[in-house]
Amino acid sequence: MTDLRKTVAIVGVDESDEIGKVPDKSNLTHHAEAAYNALEDAGMSMKDVNGLFTAGTSTLNLAEYLGIEPSFTDTTAVGGSSFIIHIAHAMAAINAGYCDVALVTHGEAGRSRRSRPGGDAADPGSQFETPYGFLGAPINYAMAARRYMHEYGEDKTRQAMAEVAVATRKWAQLNPKAYMQDDMSFDDYHNSRWISWPFHLLDCCLVTDAGGAYVITSAERARDAKKKPVWVLGAAESHDHNLISQMPDLTRTVAKNTGPLALERSGVTHDDIDLAMIYDSFTYTVLATLESLGFCGPGEAPDFVANQRTAPGGDFAMNTSGGGLSYTHSGMYGMFLVLEAVRQLRGECGDRQLDDPKLCLINGTGGSLSSTGTTVLAVD
Amino acid sequence: MAYNKPLPVPQGESDVYWQKAKQGELWLRNCKSCGNAYFYPRDISPCCFSKDTDWIQASGKATLFTYGIVQRAPHPGFVDDVPFVTAVVELEEGPKMATNIVIEDPTPENLQIGMALEVVFEDITDELALPKFKPV
Repeated sequence: MTDLRKTVAIVGVDESDEIGKVPDKSNLTHHAEAAYNALEDAGMSMKDVNGLFTAGTSTLNLAEYLGIEPSFTDTTAVGGSSFIIHIAHAMAAINAGYCDVALVTHGEAGRSRRSRPGGDAADPGSQFETPYGFLGAPINYAMAARRYMHEYGEDKTRQAMAEVAVATRKWAQLNPKAYMQDDMSFDDYHNSRWISWPFHLLDCCLVTDAGGAYVITSAERARDAKKKPVWVLGAAESHDHNLISQMPDLTRTVAKNTGPLALERSGVTHDDIDLAMIYDSFTYTVLATLESLGFCGPGEAPDFVANQRTAPGGDFAMNTSGGGLSYTHSGMYGMFLVLEAVRQLRGECGDRQLDDPKLCLINGTGGSLSSTGTTVLAVD
Repeated sequence: MAYNKPLPVPQGESDVYWQKAKQGELWLRNCKSCGNAYFYPRDISPCCFSKDTDWIQASGKATLFTYGIVQRAPHPGFVDDVPFVTAVVELEEGPKMATNIVIEDPTPENLQIGMALEVVFEDITDELALPKFKPV
């Protein structure tokens, strides 16, 4: 395969103007504000953009709203991981010469406008899952977590889920943009109400209003950008089911393939990674993902995250923004993994800044643990 | 009170499944190329991508593969049901399917993974019945 390392770079990132609870802004408003801010961060203008990528709406809708005629578009929509996968698709498109400045945007008024388009009644999910109340991620992911508990032990899984929730909140408290700023103790976790057993409220991501965007461009143009380029080393994507009842193994996501492949394409190993940005739709998602990526073996995530190892000051830096659990989660959180990765690699993270990180692995998960996209980013 | 949960809409390739369910039977599609039953029903098998398929009647026996106990109704139709059990069961013939477990007191103590189950049918409209499972 062609070596694509460092052929493209992310040169601009930002959220929409306000995130959290923003009752008067639509999905597209969040897209546009984030695009405006990310282009400013890149030192570029909308006139430079010729590739447009999004999920959750068509680029038809988005490009008209933004006022551009893109020469390359991609509406790959495989859930919250889509915005990680867009990095790889932009890398391919830019290398093929189809575009040279790609804008990837996300916007979702997830908190203030909860309605989502109904599914196609003919789809398998509408016939064989939703009549049973398989509605919404907490219900679907809880069943996967229950299976993990069965295979590896309920008590140690429960403790690991608490470790992730508490550690992630500590990072959020260092991020002024994070929605949740209150202290969270282990007792707070264990005493929070049940949503769908085995999930407490504090196992579940937030539901916020937010947008995010990044600008990705060729190595040549990246050198002229306002800030130092954050290089894409390598990426991989896949999915192995749609419906949770059809997931081949409820304890392993397809990151078991995309993780090792992305690392191989990047020419680095797990030990080289300075920061892991892991989609934390639920505490359990992190456990299954760390194992699937190969940071530890099957059933070993509870030991891996024990004793607040992923909290500020711990020796495995993970989800330093405060994650979907405590910073923001509009519905498809993957975009925000990219923003934090780029900011950490640039050294822009203030109180939560890591000590000179060079390599970040991002793993997005989408659907009902259905899709993953893994990408490795680097700075010189 | 009228049934107000989401209703399945039978399709051409699943109408046998829903007709049989209304008669109190669970039927599966079966791939004749490899001899494996599969779920959900589709004309071309997902195992071999073969059109050489037929229908078989399932025994109705299953084991509990995993579950969750829903405490917060995800839809107005489920408000009176909470707590209720969403589950994935493994049918005796091999495939897994989504369902609910019909049980008086849904607690983790009463729901053991691997426990034996059997199919029951809940009439939800004049035309439709939903296969659910209860402990044997």
